Amino acid sequence: MELVLFSVTAIVALIGAVAMLISKNAVHSALFLLLNFGAIAVLYLLLQAPFLFAVQLIVYAGAIIVLFLFVVMLLGAERDEDEASNLRWQTPVALVMAALLVGEVIYLLMTPATQTVGEQAQSFASPTQIAQSLFSTHLFPFEVAAFVLLTALIGVVTLHQRRS
Amino acid sequence: MIPTAMYIGLSALLFTIGVLGVLLRRSALMVFMSVELMLNSANLALVTFANQWQSVDAQIMVFFVITVAAAEVAVGLALLVMIFRQKRTTNIDTMTSLKG
Repeated sequence: MELVLFSVTAIVALIGAVAMLISKNAVHSALFLLLNFGAIAVLYLLLQAPFLFAVQLIVYAGAIIVLFLFVVMLLGAERDEDEASNLRWQTPVALVMAALLVGEVIYLLMTPATQTVGEQAQSFASPTQIAQSLFSTHLFPFEVAAFVLLTALIGVVTLHQRRS
Repeated sequence: MIPTAMYIGLSALLFTIGVLGVLLRRSALMVFMSVELMLNSANLALVTFANQWQSVDAQIMVFFVITVAAAEVAVGLALLVMIFRQKRTTNIDTMTSLKG
C-alpha cells in the first residue's frame, strides 16, 4: 500500500518536473512546478513530516508559485526565448552531463540497500517536537533566519525605490 | 517499507532535471524555477534521512532551507523585474554586463 502510494506520487513528481523543463510557456512551467511541489508535499507526509507538509504547501505552493506567476504575467514574458540561442553546443553537453549524473546515481543505488524508510516510530517529528527543538537547540539559526527575511524585505524595497 | 534508496533516487532524478533546466533554458525565470526544483529535491533527501535516523534535526534544516529559498526568490525576482525594465527581455544571454 505504502509502496503504491510512493510510486504514484513519485511518478507524478517526475512528470511535473519534466513537463516544467520542456514546456515552452512560462505560465505552464510554473503550474507544472506547482504539481511537482504538491507531489513532494505528499511524500513528506509519507515520511512522517506533517509540519513540513504544511510548510511546503503554504510557502512553496502558496507563496513562491504565486510570486512566479505574478512576475511572469507582470512582465508578459511567457515566451521569451523564441530566438535561437547563440550557444548551440550547450544542449548536447548538458544532456551528456545529466546522463553522467544519473549514471552515477544508478551506480550508487546498485550497492545493496539495507536501510528502509517506514514507520519505526509513530511521531518523532510532530509539530510539538519540532518547535521544542527549534526554540531551544536551534534558537540562534532561527533568529538568523528572521534576519535573512528582514534583509530580503529591505533589499526588495530598496531595489524598487524610484530614484528622485 | 520503502527502501531509502528509492527516495534518494527520486531526489537525484529531480535534481538532475533541475540541473538540465538551468543548463538548457534561456529564460531567467525558467532558471529560477529549476533552482527551486533543485532545492526541493535536496529537501526531499534531507527529510528521507531524518526519517531513517529518526532525528528531527534534518527537518529543521529543511525548514531553514525553505526560509532562505523564499528570501532568494523575492530578491531574485525583484532583480529580474529591474533587469527587464532596462533590457525588455529575460533572456540570460543578453545579461552580459555587471553595470546596471
